[in-house]
Amino acid sequence: MTADLSAGPDIAPGRLSPQALAEAFDDAHPPLDRRQALIEASRCYFCYDAPCIEACPTGIDIPAFIKSIATGNTRGAATTILDANIMGGMCARVCPVEELCEEACVRNTAEEKPVTIGALQRFATDDLFDRGLQPYERAAPTGKTVAVVGGGPAGLACAHRLALLGHAVTVFEARDKLGGLNEYGIAAYKVPHHFARREVDFILSLGGITVQTGRALGRDITLAQLRCDFDAVFLGMGHTGVRALQAEGEDMDGVMNAVDYIARLRQAEDKGTLPVGRRVVVIGGGNTAIDIATQIKRLGAEDVTLVYRRGEEHMSATWKEVDWTQTNGVKVKLWAQPRRLIGWTGADGTTAVKEVAFEYTQLDETGRLMGTGDTFTLFADQVFKAIGQTFIPSALDVAEPLEMTGDRIAVDADRRTSLADVFAGGDCVPGTDLTVAAVEDGKVAAHAIDRMLKG
Amino acid sequence: MADLSNDFAGIRSPNPFWLASAPPTDKQYNVERAFKAGWGGVVWKTLGEDPPIVNATSRYGAVTYNGVRVAGLNNIELITDRPLEVNLQEIKAVKRAWPDRAMIVSLMVPCEEHYWIDILKRVEETEADGVELNFGCPHGMSERGMGSAVGQVPDYVEMVTRWVKQHSRMPCIVKLTPNITNILGPARAAKRGGADAVSLINTIQSMVGVDLDLMAPMPTVDGYGTHGGYCGPAVKPIALRMVGEIARDPDCAGLAISGIGGVSSWREAAEFIAMGAGNVQVCTAAMTHGFKIVEDMKSGLANWMDDKGHRTTADFRRAAVPRFVNWEDLNLNHAIVATIDQDLCIQCGKCYIACEDTSHQSIAASRTPDGRRRYEIIEEECVGCNLCMHVCPVDDCITMHPLATGQDKLTWKHHPNNPMRAVKEAAE
Ligand SMILES: Cc1cc2nc3c(=O)[nH]c(=O)nc-3n(C[C@H](O)[C@H](O)[C@H](O)COP(=O)(O)OP(=O)(O)OC[C@H]3O[C@@H](n4cnc5c(N)ncnc54)[C@H](O)[C@@H]3O)c2cc1C
Ligand SMILES: Cc1cc2nc3c(=O)[nH]c(=O)nc-3n(C[C@H](O)[C@H](O)[C@H](O)COP(=O)(O)O)c2cc1C
Ligand code: SF4
Repeated sequence: MTADLSAGPDIAPGRLSPQALAEAFDDAHPPLDRRQALIEASRCYFCYDAPCIEACPTGIDIPAFIKSIATGNTRGAATTILDANIMGGMCARVCPVEELCEEACVRNTAEEKPVTIGALQRFATDDLFDRGLQPYERAAPTGKTVAVVGGGPAGLACAHRLALLGHAVTVFEARDKLGGLNEYGIAAYKVPHHFARREVDFILSLGGITVQTGRALGRDITLAQLRCDFDAVFLGMGHTGVRALQAEGEDMDGVMNAVDYIARLRQAEDKGTLPVGRRVVVIGGGNTAIDIATQIKRLGAEDVTLVYRRGEEHMSATWKEVDWTQTNGVKVKLWAQPRRLIGWTGADGTTAVKEVAFEYTQLDETGRLMGTGDTFTLFADQVFKAIGQTFIPSALDVAEPLEMTGDRIAVDADRRTSLADVFAGGDCVPGTDLTVAAVEDGKVAAHAIDRMLKG
Repeated sequence: MADLSNDFAGIRSPNPFWLASAPPTDKQYNVERAFKAGWGGVVWKTLGEDPPIVNATSRYGAVTYNGVRVAGLNNIELITDRPLEVNLQEIKAVKRAWPDRAMIVSLMVPCEEHYWIDILKRVEETEADGVELNFGCPHGMSERGMGSAVGQVPDYVEMVTRWVKQHSRMPCIVKLTPNITNILGPARAAKRGGADAVSLINTIQSMVGVDLDLMAPMPTVDGYGTHGGYCGPAVKPIALRMVGEIARDPDCAGLAISGIGGVSSWREAAEFIAMGAGNVQVCTAAMTHGFKIVEDMKSGLANWMDDKGHRTTADFRRAAVPRFVNWEDLNLNHAIVATIDQDLCIQCGKCYIACEDTSHQSIAASRTPDGRRRYEIIEEECVGCNLCMHVCPVDDCITMHPLATGQDKLTWKHHPNNPMRAVKEAAE
């Protein structure tokens, strides 16, 4: 590739035709049709004490729902799923099943080919959504009220279960749409056709959940006030901050937080309007790094390199996700960390990134990461930082602070915080940052709150 | 929301899924697990006279069909091998603990009245909801003049049923053997004897295979084998037909029917009920998958009923019975032909060779200009037999479509080719 190195960064919208973009961002893994679902369902052995159930953070009764698909009881399959995981539809699309249920499937032993549980889960839940069925009915009103802060998977799962149990729930969401990262973060080709919104609508259609969008804890409301006005509070605020690279020059133009860009991409009416660099460098080794690398490539970037400072076995992204970037033509470079961003200054005096200087890394005898002193440089019109998000507790009250575990809110097995009437779950508490884990937190907390309120 | 609660010959249960008399209902431990799992009722493993029988070791043979395990199951077990008193005490304890579930006691004692009087009295003390007379076991017991040896002789069926009704207040279900030429013989005899219900089928006499190394029928017991009783998914069509025969027989009117044989999911249950059964009993499916399968049976049936607008199983019970007619009542002027959806066709050629070699040479095989295989129905030749549709591996690729013949309904009874036609018409 020859790039004009004097003309400034090559960042442009509309690198692909609208049609090519539509194809690139349609369902990455198209749904099973009925016949495929039946064949796949017949592969399930209906194991006793099935390992897949244990591997699912929400404990979906997987053999039971697959049996129901096999017998043609698709609605029964969907309710079995949703009983355990109200976002079963989303999880079917976004769960790293290769490290969860499908990794545990006993079929791996003989064939290395697990039953495609995720795809079957999608088949069942899609069917219920397509038929517009509402399988749930709320219990009689209890007269109790609960505030849920954050309308992401954790908050919505908690709100739904509480409403189902008869409590009156109010969700306070800082953004103008519910869904959390389902709506703003998950890769677009995993959840096309506004699935996140459809799922939120389904959850709210139960009734008993009042939503206040554009209302942020710490800005418009305080925890003290919520504790006063409601019988219990659930915090599901997710991550609120992004880690810095700690490399020189990371504030230059063209350097972006991957999550912010993905949020823009997810909300863009027309993906042809997004600015896309010709040469892109992504820094990080998790979900977010994989997702931004693949999506920017699919937006038409010519050359995308993902650089991670450790080896593949250390990546929080799964092997399947790493494979996925590579089938999308992303180059993956391991064992290197950014040291310095080199820019060029335009006529208007602003500096935009041009190159990133990396140093190779290795582990020392004690297992600590260290630079080798060897360096290399990559040209970059756009650099995405995807080295992790953090929870910034600034929204919480200083007067009565919650106990923390590291930089996250400390909770017990019931997802109860150090304040007896305040519960928390999802990315803002310790544990794996996955949609399915957030849903489980919300569900567990809802039951604990229910016990407390009825107790 | 569909209501699955069931009233079978006056016996109430929360759903129409009962476990059939067999190992799953052999003792308190199993039955309580079954009730916990959600089964509506059980027919306790058949009780007999003490001393109890002795079972052989190696008891089951199974048919694995193209990788599907237990497509059919064959067993050489007999009735309970536990002392009568132990069974009776457990039955009583379980019924006490689970009053809402149906508890039926299956019985098999020799064909002398006093045996029946004795055992009925003892069963009555358990407060069980009813008895089922095992006239069906096709091996081991029949050699001793019980089981299917009774079930195959309508007069015996009637006689024993009469004793039971005479000496007991309990509803009486007569379990029929399929190892008989005409199922209506024993069914009508049961009705004459005063039975409240029949249940069918018990197992079909079978030999599941020959061990080609031992040169003995399977399952083998110390180098030898015997014939056994066949059940499981493979036997459903046989059972369903027999249920239908009884359901539409005017002489059996009023007799409740418990459908048994290959019920593996809610779908077979719905079929049996549509064909006249008041409930169903299950054995092999539970033995293959455990008691938990009842969950899908219940939710599947309820969801299907909701979709169809049926509130209770009574709403569709017998719905298919009026359409079960004899061949001579079918409309011979009705015509259908096969159509192949070329977009779905995967060019396997299975339809072609089936029709070409074994049917009516009604499918044309050709190549398209670009060398692809193409199969097309020759409508004028097609007799509408459905064979190609059944052998086609792709759902909905081959479908059958009615042809407008413009002709009125014409049955064999009135067909010009029927030499008996004049006689029949005169008789009508
Ligand atoms: C780019 C990316 C891709 C991902 N891909 C996957 C994937 O493929 N599979 C997977 O399982 N997981 C994936 N994850 C992780 C997953 O999205 C999260 O673990 C999950 O969304 C956490 O749910 P949550 O409810 O805790 O937080 P969030 O989804 O972050 O929701 C928190 C909500 O709280 C709101 N909020 C925040 N602060 C306040 C406040 N002060 N007041 C009121 N509301 C507030 C936010 O606006 C948001 O709506 C991905 C994450 C990212 C960043
Ligand atoms: C191992 C085994 C033992 C059985 N024992 C009895 C019995 O003691 N009494 C009886 O009435 N039927 C007995 N049966 C027959 C079943 O009750 C039932 O009629 C038959 O298996 C068909 O149902 P299925 O296809 O669901 O298995 C037995 C079946 C099996 C497989
Ligand atoms: S199922 Fe297996 S372990 Fe159990 S009794 Fe039979 S042969 Fe023995």
